Amino acid sequence: MAGKAAATKMNISDEVMISMQAVNKWFGSFHVLRDINLTVHKGERIVICGPSGSGKSTLIRCLNRLEEHQDGEITVQGITINNDLKNIDEIRRDVGMVFQHFNLFPHLTILENCTLAPIWVRKMPKAEAEAIAMKYLERVKIPEQALKYPGQLSGGQQQRVAIARSLCMEPKLMLFDEPTSALDPEMIKEVLDTMVALAEDGMSMVCVTHEMGFARKVANRVIFMDEGQIVEQNEPEVFFNNPQSDRTKLFLSQILDH
Amino acid sequence: MADHKHSANQNSGHAFVRTENAPLLPPPATEAGITGWLWQNIFASMADFSSAGASLRSACVAALTVFLLYFGFAQIYTLLDFGVFSAVWSDPDQLKREACWTVDQGGGLPSGWHAACWPFIYAKHKFIMYGAYPSEELWRVNLSVLLGIVGLAYVLIERLPRRREVGAMMLTLYPLLCFILLTGGNLAIPFGSIGMWLIIGLAVISLGRLAKRGFLGPTLSEFHALIGLTGWAFVIYNAVRGLGAVDFGLEPIDTRDWGGLLITLVVAVTGIVVSLPLGIILALGRRSEMPAARLICTVFIEFWRGVPLITVLFMASVMLPLFLPEGVNFDNLLRALIGVMLFSAAYMAEVIRGGLQAIDKGQYEGAQAMGLSYWQTMRLIILPQALTHVIPGIVNTFIGLFKDTTLVSIVGIFDLLGAGQSAIADAAWSTPVQATTMYLYIAIIFFVFCFCMSRYSIYMENKLSKSRQH
Repeated sequence: MAGKAAATKMNISDEVMISMQAVNKWFGSFHVLRDINLTVHKGERIVICGPSGSGKSTLIRCLNRLEEHQDGEITVQGITINNDLKNIDEIRRDVGMVFQHFNLFPHLTILENCTLAPIWVRKMPKAEAEAIAMKYLERVKIPEQALKYPGQLSGGQQQRVAIARSLCMEPKLMLFDEPTSALDPEMIKEVLDTMVALAEDGMSMVCVTHEMGFARKVANRVIFMDEGQIVEQNEPEVFFNNPQSDRTKLFLSQILDH
Repeated sequence: MADHKHSANQNSGHAFVRTENAPLLPPPATEAGITGWLWQNIFASMADFSSAGASLRSACVAALTVFLLYFGFAQIYTLLDFGVFSAVWSDPDQLKREACWTVDQGGGLPSGWHAACWPFIYAKHKFIMYGAYPSEELWRVNLSVLLGIVGLAYVLIERLPRRREVGAMMLTLYPLLCFILLTGGNLAIPFGSIGMWLIIGLAVISLGRLAKRGFLGPTLSEFHALIGLTGWAFVIYNAVRGLGAVDFGLEPIDTRDWGGLLITLVVAVTGIVVSLPLGIILALGRRSEMPAARLICTVFIEFWRGVPLITVLFMASVMLPLFLPEGVNFDNLLRALIGVMLFSAAYMAEVIRGGLQAIDKGQYEGAQAMGLSYWQTMRLIILPQALTHVIPGIVNTFIGLFKDTTLVSIVGIFDLLGAGQSAIADAAWSTPVQATTMYLYIAIIFFVFCFCMSRYSIYMENKLSKSRQH
């Protein structure tokens, strides 16, 4: 156990990837994020869990400005997220995101989905972008689907394409927003396997997920959120075997006992 | 005990393991092939005789089918008889109206004859196609139309290479060429005024540039795109005017001499080509997060949708000159054109807005998360999908616009219908069937154009839905 902890620690540098300081956010009068303080270092894999409506998706959507926070400071790779569009563009270029409903572009082929951002955002030549896209499609094990349209693929394949699409921008950080929640049970494994492989390559990741097996396997830290607050965070071993807060205990008992 | 005994009996228990696959069987005749088609589309609704009620219903459906078939064929026969079988096709003796008179009216046709008088259409054909456009200059119209058809066909056929480039030429060079060919240039526009407006336009463009860099304060910087666009509109409009003032060695032909199908096509094609991009901009503006842009676009759309086209045309031709300064004189056709464009753009905007609203929020988020800008997101992700969704609505607006062009005859522009109506007034061809023949002919022309648009839209829909499989 000590060996495993050391091995995972080795990948983590002191470089701060994400820093959230006293972040608050409201949807109208509803206080959805309350005093969030979080630091993520390069190479860390964070899993965020919690009951629905607890603000976990909102939290990671604030990290690439899909949601706007009203109070506090968020920096990603040292760049402060504020109204400056240049900062937001810069952050989005380096932060990949995978969504619950894949959000692939149905009118483009798999290959075009993957090359779009490199060509238009990174201004990469088409041939080079295609080579990179094929490399990542091979990595998620579906290069043979490159010329099909998203609608012709299964849910699990679509989500793997979505992961490959994000990787094509060669991001420094990946955000996963419940990537397996919309999948049929028999397709969850293929997506989780891809994510595990990614984690093993040292990618910094923040995942909102209820896949506790995945959390145990790859996370450095598990964060439990409820009612917009971070209730508890700890190493997975401790988090699952010896939760401190009553709310965490209740949540774990509800999702783990069947 | 009974339960235990029951479950021990393997044949009547619930446990089951399949050892052999069930065979794949061919479908019954009612599901496939010609028989299947006939059954599903015609006979299925009238073949249920399982009870007295069902038999009665089937008999009624069968009777109704026979009646409708008879009625439909009778209508088609009447139309064919009027237009083809009983029609007078030629007038070898140059009798004009007498060629289509019955014996009662003093002609040679049997009493009670009532059918199309096509020689009347031949005689008036040039007029209902071109209006009063001079005969020796008709090649200019024909060349414009021919180039248009060739270019359009090239762009619509998918297999051909460089369609994008040809399309761009059709949208830029072709209208200019048509403008020069049809008007003949030599417009009486003083170059001084063109130059002045060009300079003003360039000044507005530079103002837009300055605003973009934020030299003019934050409020104006938000509107830099609008300022720039206005400047470009000035420049382009005056560049075209300048082109129109050049002498190309062609005889200038006043738009008052244009008429017939030529006018219909000019108004419809300009309206169609301009209303789509303008409608897209308005629709995006109406859904924009910038309050000012949203307000401007909403007011514009609601204003143009709220007034009838006839009012717009009247305003353009009668009221507008009253507001313009002395000496500034717009061409009557140009005024009607602008009215039609803005009117149809407002309708188009609402159709496209419907398409935009059908796009899932996740598509915007997916694009944004990858770092695409607003315009990239719209152009590459949102609009291709939104426009595909509303192809039927867009083509519906095009077809409506095409037919609405007939309203320009109200402001003294002789479009196809207007030219046809004035041709009917010719006493030399006065017969009881004169008007009917003309309207039939005009209806056929309109139908051919509208039907082609409709079929192409269905073809596009099928093609797009097949390639995307969802």
